[in-house]
Amino acid sequence: MTSTASSPPTIDRPLNVIVATDCGSTTTKAILIEKVGDEYRQTYRGEAPTTVEAPFEDVTRGVLNAIAEIEELSGRKILDGDKIITPCQDAKTGVDIYISTSSAGGGLQMMVTGVVQNMTGESAQRAALGAGAIVIDVLASNDGRLPHEKIERIRTMRPDMILMSGGTDGGAVTHVVEMAEYIAAAEPRPRFGATYKLPLIYAGNKDAQGQVNKILGEKSALVVTDNIRPVLERENLSPARNKIHDLFLEHVMQQAPGYKKLIEMAGAPIMPTPAAVGVIMETIAKREHLNLIGVDIGGATTDVFSVFEGVFNRTVSANLGMSYSISNVLAEAGLANIMRWVPFTIDEQTLRNRIKNKMIRPTTIPQTLDELQIEHAISREALRLALIHHKSLATGLKGVQQERTISDVFEQHKSGQTLIDMLKLDLIVGSGGILSHAPRRIQSMLMMVDAYEPLGFTRLSVDSIFMMPHLGVLSTIDEKAATDVFVRDCMVYLGACVAPIGQGKDGERCADYEIAFPDGKTAVDQLKFGDLRLYPLELGKKATVTVRPIKSVNFGAGAGVAVTREVQGGVVGLMLDGRGRPLQLPADQQARIAALTKWFTAVGLYPTA
Amino acid sequence: MAHSYTPGLTVTDSTVIRRRRMLPLSGTVLVKAGDLVQSNQPVARAELPGKVYPLNLANQLGVAPDEINDYLIKKGGDSIQKDEVLAENKPLIKWFKTEIRSPVTGTVESISTVTGQVLLREPPRVLELLGYVDGTVVEVHPHQGVTIECLCSMVQGIFGIGGETYGEIVLAVASPDEALTPAHVKPEMKGKIVVGGSFLPADTMAKAKEVGVAGLVVGGIHDKDLRALLGYDLGVAITGAEQVGFTLILTEGFGTIPMAQKTFALLTAHAGAKASISGATQIRAGVIRPEIIIPQLGAQAGMIHQPQRAGIRLGDPVRIIRDPLFGKIGEVSALPPDLQKIPTESEVRVLEVRFPDGQVAVIPRTNIEVIEGT
Repeated sequence: MTSTASSPPTIDRPLNVIVATDCGSTTTKAILIEKVGDEYRQTYRGEAPTTVEAPFEDVTRGVLNAIAEIEELSGRKILDGDKIITPCQDAKTGVDIYISTSSAGGGLQMMVTGVVQNMTGESAQRAALGAGAIVIDVLASNDGRLPHEKIERIRTMRPDMILMSGGTDGGAVTHVVEMAEYIAAAEPRPRFGATYKLPLIYAGNKDAQGQVNKILGEKSALVVTDNIRPVLERENLSPARNKIHDLFLEHVMQQAPGYKKLIEMAGAPIMPTPAAVGVIMETIAKREHLNLIGVDIGGATTDVFSVFEGVFNRTVSANLGMSYSISNVLAEAGLANIMRWVPFTIDEQTLRNRIKNKMIRPTTIPQTLDELQIEHAISREALRLALIHHKSLATGLKGVQQERTISDVFEQHKSGQTLIDMLKLDLIVGSGGILSHAPRRIQSMLMMVDAYEPLGFTRLSVDSIFMMPHLGVLSTIDEKAATDVFVRDCMVYLGACVAPIGQGKDGERCADYEIAFPDGKTAVDQLKFGDLRLYPLELGKKATVTVRPIKSVNFGAGAGVAVTREVQGGVVGLMLDGRGRPLQLPADQQARIAALTKWFTAVGLYPTA
Repeated sequence: MAHSYTPGLTVTDSTVIRRRRMLPLSGTVLVKAGDLVQSNQPVARAELPGKVYPLNLANQLGVAPDEINDYLIKKGGDSIQKDEVLAENKPLIKWFKTEIRSPVTGTVESISTVTGQVLLREPPRVLELLGYVDGTVVEVHPHQGVTIECLCSMVQGIFGIGGETYGEIVLAVASPDEALTPAHVKPEMKGKIVVGGSFLPADTMAKAKEVGVAGLVVGGIHDKDLRALLGYDLGVAITGAEQVGFTLILTEGFGTIPMAQKTFALLTAHAGAKASISGATQIRAGVIRPEIIIPQLGAQAGMIHQPQRAGIRLGDPVRIIRDPLFGKIGEVSALPPDLQKIPTESEVRVLEVRFPDGQVAVIPRTNIEVIEGT
């Protein structure tokens, strides 16, 4: 496979049978996609432990094992020894293409630099995150660290790659050249292998390219590309992102065990897993004209993606996760924030010990209901914190001059406000073990509702078996196939949540509502503060909801203004959330447990004894 | 899903291990293949580049960056002593003279006429890499390090803190379910590896630090005591660099959990022997577990047969690693192939474990670990 990541190959043969893998840190997941009639469907899946580590030290071994499981289940012969048979030879032999994503070995770890931290520093961070990287540090001329501290930091970090930005084209070169001098002095070494030069992308002021080349050309594998911030008012992230993908393939992956073979096996460039998830999210949002938030909560990290008004953003909260990083969720959220979601009492010491035991034995699963409820409580906090992190980075450009009119005299917004507007949000997509594999789908829905506090009318869904990475890389070579499978097999629509902005005393009237169901029946009732209600509304069915709020409550059209909207059903149904926004739980422990128990029972969240 | 169980921790009386000892950067290997080495013997050496100190001369002298060469006394590559004059101006009136002195002893690394900055570098620091275990050098990685093979008894812990250390094993408690109290820690345990039982309380940690024990090996501790010991809440289990006065290894987990009988018996059998231990833990890709290595001197490494695990089998000794039976040890009594619904309503693969008292429990396969080793 010789094409670069920034220019995927054109496949001139029909793709009727596709095998795709995602090589994760612990598990390699394979799926088989077949054209059935006019549409593509995901038909079989297999998985096997990832084999990047000793004793195998060859990622393709895990890939072949996962594909072998598909062979067994499907009866299709895909492997010929260590080779994947391509293209299809007959109805039961071979596949038309093999594609893959990878996050094995800790994913792509990058360090980025800029001149002003919340301007070029943030732009560089967005470029790296959008390319699927974990950003291990952002260095900037004004980051508050002394020069020798910066040098020491660069030296101790062992990134896979560095992205340098800084300055607008034609502006001053001093600061960006100074940063290049620090990097050169630190002599940074790559994470894998001492024998190759660290890939470094320069995407700053074009006038400094010559000087940066002089300082770093010998000491690193330097690649120069267009400035990510050519003028203050505009970001130009694509060239840097494409270079990151290319260098990921050419340098970083070449060092990881077995990846040379994997690249040769694949019919399209290997993508970092989060980059592939980002691609599919962006594709769907643009196709459906949606504003969406996607989340992938894993064992070690939580990735958040958003597309608002066509602008894509991704962040990764590197130490918020449900197994390896579970203890860090406790450290960041604090015990009280986790405990507020637990519908029973448990002493602090027991809870802390249980969380640490999960951290050191990350593959264990809750066996009892109270253990499951504790994990769900922790996941609410991990999701909440990751969204806060995302909101802080998914912003408009900072430091940009804004034209003001006379109407702005009384309300002037700063530049760089977050792009995430929960009232304009159409869809939340959840992914990752705790959401995809929750024993009841309502559990996934309520975890996301509690963590994200959607406002107005919002649709929710989960990824059925975590196949978004596979579909992301597939969409780069066959968008129809990726979209077909995404809509039919990947997304499990849970239903809709209707929630107002406003607060009131429990039991007081919040709004009157009327729901017109597709079978002609209607439900007319009053939503009270503190209520959580669930109406069945099947997948594929639509209902019309009219809400008439009291004057202090807003369902999206303004305080006290009635709203009528069509909502779509799902495997859970239609949730009316009268608990108020911001969502506040009673401070008193007994009252809190009573409130949680009432809500959980109202929606059938857990089995009752 | 043939391997749907957690790979176990090794507790074995006789095994052959290999440890790669690699320098963080290119250096010199001091031993050759076939050499017998000691745990505290340097096997490779490297020079870590010294710290870099940037000085903005243009600012300090009040001149343009491209003029600084005119003021420098030293050139790039020159060595310089602390407080020696690096640059000076030449005013007409002597009173206005400004001298810039070096804040460190080292060399002038680079001079930039774009930023007006001079980088000074301290002399390199010599880093000696020790053998860590007593054994034989089986492979030399030129300029990088060596691989050492060692025939030994080995116990893997589940979690640890602190780096590599060495010492004589000493038993402080009489049984694996006895907690390690401050009274158990005696002054003569200084520099030794102290084996406790089920639990290590905070006051025993303080006593161990005061006495100067090299290492502590116990069944469990409370998370709050770990937090107090470290001074922060450990978020991710990547450890090994902590400096708390001793290396700590947990064999079971967090809470009060009796040390597995097999582990306790093995350590008891080797009381008085020299051991190498490391608390380094990394529970991510490339799992690293803390370990206690007790070299068997004089035996031939090649004579040991290394059994390869094929998966979980009836009769395997297992430890339950999740509540409600966390820490209990038993043996596999049945391996039903079908998925079963557990109280959370998840459908998972399970197995049956029989405990020494004859009781049997159904446990998800992911919630046990095999106690490995013969």
